[in-house]
Amino acid sequence: MTETNEIEKEKEKWEANILKDAAQNERQKSFRNLSDIEIRRLYTPNDIKDLDYANYLGFPGQYPFTRGAYPNMYRGRLWTMRQFAGFGTAKQTNQRYKFLLEHGTTGLSVAFSLHTIYGVEADDDKALGEVGKEGVSIDTLKDMEVLFEGINLSKISTSMTINAPASILLAMYIVVAEKQGHTPDQLRGTIQNDILKEYIAQKSWIFPPEPSMRLIIDTIEYCAKYVPQWYSISISGYHIREAGSTAVQELAFTLADGFGYVEAALERGLDIDDFAPRLSFFFNSHNNFFEEVCKYRAARRIWAKRMKNKYGAKKPESMRLRFHTQTAGVSLTAQEPENNIVRVTLQALSSILGGTQSLHTNSFDEALCLPTEKAVKIALRTQQIIAHESGITDTVDPLAGSYYVEWLTNKMEEEAEIYFEKIEELGGVIPAIQANFFQKEIANASYKYQKEVENQEKTIIAVNRFIQTEQTTTPLLKIDEKIAEEQVNNLNKVKQERDNEKLKEKLEKLKEAAKSTENLMPYIIDAVREYASAGEIINVLKHVFGVYIEDSIF
Amino acid sequence: MEYSNLITKLLEGNTRAAARLITIVENDIDAAETIIKSIYKSTGNAYILGITGAPGSGKSTFISTLTNTFIEQGRKVGIICVDPTSPITGGALLGDRIRMKQYFTLDRVFIRSMANRGQLGGLARATEDVIKILDAYGCEIIIVETVGVGQSEVDIFKSAETVIVLLVPGLGDDIQAIKAGIMEITDIFVVNKMDFPGADRKVAEISQMLELNSSFKYQSNQLREEYFKLVAWPPEIVKVNSKTGENFKELIEIIKKHIQFLEDTGVISNYLKNRIKSETLQILKHKLQKKVEDLINSNQEKIEQYINKVIEKSLDPYSMADIIIKMLGIEK
Amino acid sequence: MTEKRKIKVLVCKPGLDGHDRGAKVLARALRDAGMEVIYTGIHQTPDDVVNTVIQEDPDAVMLSMLSGSHNAICPVIMQKLKEQNIDDVLVAVGGIIPDEDKPFLEKHGLKGFHGPGTDLKTIVEFVQNNLKR
Repeated sequence: MTETNEIEKEKEKWEANILKDAAQNERQKSFRNLSDIEIRRLYTPNDIKDLDYANYLGFPGQYPFTRGAYPNMYRGRLWTMRQFAGFGTAKQTNQRYKFLLEHGTTGLSVAFSLHTIYGVEADDDKALGEVGKEGVSIDTLKDMEVLFEGINLSKISTSMTINAPASILLAMYIVVAEKQGHTPDQLRGTIQNDILKEYIAQKSWIFPPEPSMRLIIDTIEYCAKYVPQWYSISISGYHIREAGSTAVQELAFTLADGFGYVEAALERGLDIDDFAPRLSFFFNSHNNFFEEVCKYRAARRIWAKRMKNKYGAKKPESMRLRFHTQTAGVSLTAQEPENNIVRVTLQALSSILGGTQSLHTNSFDEALCLPTEKAVKIALRTQQIIAHESGITDTVDPLAGSYYVEWLTNKMEEEAEIYFEKIEELGGVIPAIQANFFQKEIANASYKYQKEVENQEKTIIAVNRFIQTEQTTTPLLKIDEKIAEEQVNNLNKVKQERDNEKLKEKLEKLKEAAKSTENLMPYIIDAVREYASAGEIINVLKHVFGVYIEDSIF
Repeated sequence: MEYSNLITKLLEGNTRAAARLITIVENDIDAAETIIKSIYKSTGNAYILGITGAPGSGKSTFISTLTNTFIEQGRKVGIICVDPTSPITGGALLGDRIRMKQYFTLDRVFIRSMANRGQLGGLARATEDVIKILDAYGCEIIIVETVGVGQSEVDIFKSAETVIVLLVPGLGDDIQAIKAGIMEITDIFVVNKMDFPGADRKVAEISQMLELNSSFKYQSNQLREEYFKLVAWPPEIVKVNSKTGENFKELIEIIKKHIQFLEDTGVISNYLKNRIKSETLQILKHKLQKKVEDLINSNQEKIEQYINKVIEKSLDPYSMADIIIKMLGIEK
Repeated sequence: MTEKRKIKVLVCKPGLDGHDRGAKVLARALRDAGMEVIYTGIHQTPDDVVNTVIQEDPDAVMLSMLSGSHNAICPVIMQKLKEQNIDDVLVAVGGIIPDEDKPFLEKHGLKGFHGPGTDLKTIVEFVQNNLKR
């Protein structure tokens, strides 16, 4: 107490004698981060005087995990360098995976074509122009067999960014592994499987919230039993942020989604310690360096506290939040795209200082097109340079104890708690979605941000300051329009060769199961094995579940 | 005549002509006059439904499902979605189509979004005209949808034969909002999202409100007309689920019953008379206002003199208004 | 008294992409510039777009496309508009449109091509200055 008083006195003296007029001569009237939190001129021990080390920080790998998910962090094992990739046909993407593996990537991450994500076949009217453009086009098990040809699925971990049809793609993965001679318990990886954020932000939904939640809990339950090394969900803030939220909103809404899944699984009767260790998270890393670092640290602490105190988790692994990070796609500029390399480096650094378990660094040309091989390589090299050259990985949580970092970590937690209260008042996360609460919050934040950029209250180099008129040209990756044709041919061939009678029977069984409360995973696996397309399975489920239609929220 | 080509096409049921004529009547009242004069004989065949409900009551989904039911019966449906104009910028965001585009084909359903462009009576006028165009175009049922329940909505619903108010379980203040304006002209209360908890409670709340209200109105002479309606047609309350279509058959039956009631009692011709009266009044107001503005603009010097007299107190504003009325050639 | 004619704009997201932040921010900016903006939502097929254009009779159509499907979808929309003899509507596409695709799209009558980082003011002025009626 006397010590803090002493500091306060000294600070006043400093303000009067040393700082003086400089306080009036600052570049901005106030300094605010992207969550609109006002940042003070200087932080001292007084700003964190209530910080109780054992309760707030503790040691890495130990409750409340603020300092890291694992005891020795990157001294033991570096984060997984996982570059999201997928385009064209399964054959083309298989080649890109082999390229990445040759250059030292340590995990695969599958980007699927929009028609796969949305559960329609490549020849559907809705798929016009989309096949293979943003990700690899997958219709049936046959495509998945080609995608992982020559890649030993018991040796690699694979992340699949897929949501509404996640159960189907997981089923395909399991069957491909089976054909390679591996059992499900050998498989490591993640399906995104996070539908709540689809309603909130990214909008690749198919079914209404209730049946969607059921499918997710089905996969969580199935994985807990049969695919124990698999992360059955990756609760994602990435897309919430990309839709224009602030860092605090990303933090709060993502964790709120997490609470939603936990509550739904508990309702199913699952034991928290059986499934919670297999939940994982996925965050964005945006431009404001310290804000991002503190977001990750706050996330771990909030999650640990809730899991322990509210949901009664006993195992430390159930309280330990692990996450994947991707640098912010929205922060990339089409103007002077090479500058994005520097942005990505800073964003990658903040996620590493925040203790990420895996990382995707964006390629500098992604504001223009799908990444070229050269750009992908630079993005991967960025991670390797931080990991092996910078020395940042030599100690655990090096920013801990910084007055600013600890203050801001606390502040992020406080602000998130305010959101949790609001969401609770609305009746939980699904009612809040139905009331369009998140959607409105995000729409307002994104409009405000855009206005601030236009008014130059927020600076984006080469966009609203230091603008250069001269055009630079960047070589682009083009997707051949013929790919759609090729994929449709693949699909038709599969449909001719498979046993359609047997498939019909399996789909009929799936339909019946969908009407009951049975776990659907075994039925989906059976249908997939008979080469049902994802679109065919989705159609069966649409019949039972209906489809979701959004409200217009600006 | 400038619009004759479009009008001919409209009467043949051409969708683009209808759309373009709507744009014209929305933006240009003089043109509206010409157009409505020449299509008026072809109107009067459509049945008009007014639908309102607070944001979050699931209006668009409800209208989609209702429209589907009408299409299945072989009807052609017009939908006018009215959204508010921002009083500050004059712009508007019209987003109701999002939930309505499903399943509808162009030849069976015509959806048009309209901004209310402030509330200075212009909305009711434009909506009337748009209804007439859709009527002449061949829509048998025209649904007018608005957000909120303010005075301008009440005005719009003067054209509607049947007024439906949508409520949902849970939203606490929607009943209060209804009391403040639209209760007296509502024919059917629909409790949407009947699968949500609290649907029955909402039904009870509405019946209670209606009972209270009928005793209140008994003492009120001003509301005699509505009271008559209330006694003769006690508003129906029905629960539906717009997502599954549950109870829509019942709802359609109630709508039919209401139409039958209007015809049997002759109320429908009263409605029509009232409608013509208020519409004409709107047009008159508008025309007179324009005349007054023109007069003032072309006699600025004279008006200036009168204003000075008012300042000097040798004239008062009422007397000045009388003078202007005389100048218009209308005797006081 | 003729009311001042309002500019009416349709903001659409054709294709399967759900990233609607740009489309929504644009819709709000056009609204704030005094225009009446109809937002159609995501997942619009060319027929959806054309049907909406027919019924709403807008002055301009703004297509927001990020997924690379512009070369396949936009010409179909333009063709279908042509079949309806709709030639007085400004049709613009923005989002992620590589420079090298612009001549092809221009040939089909598309305009705009505003990419990430474009000032909203620029797009608002573009609409005001390029109307066809």
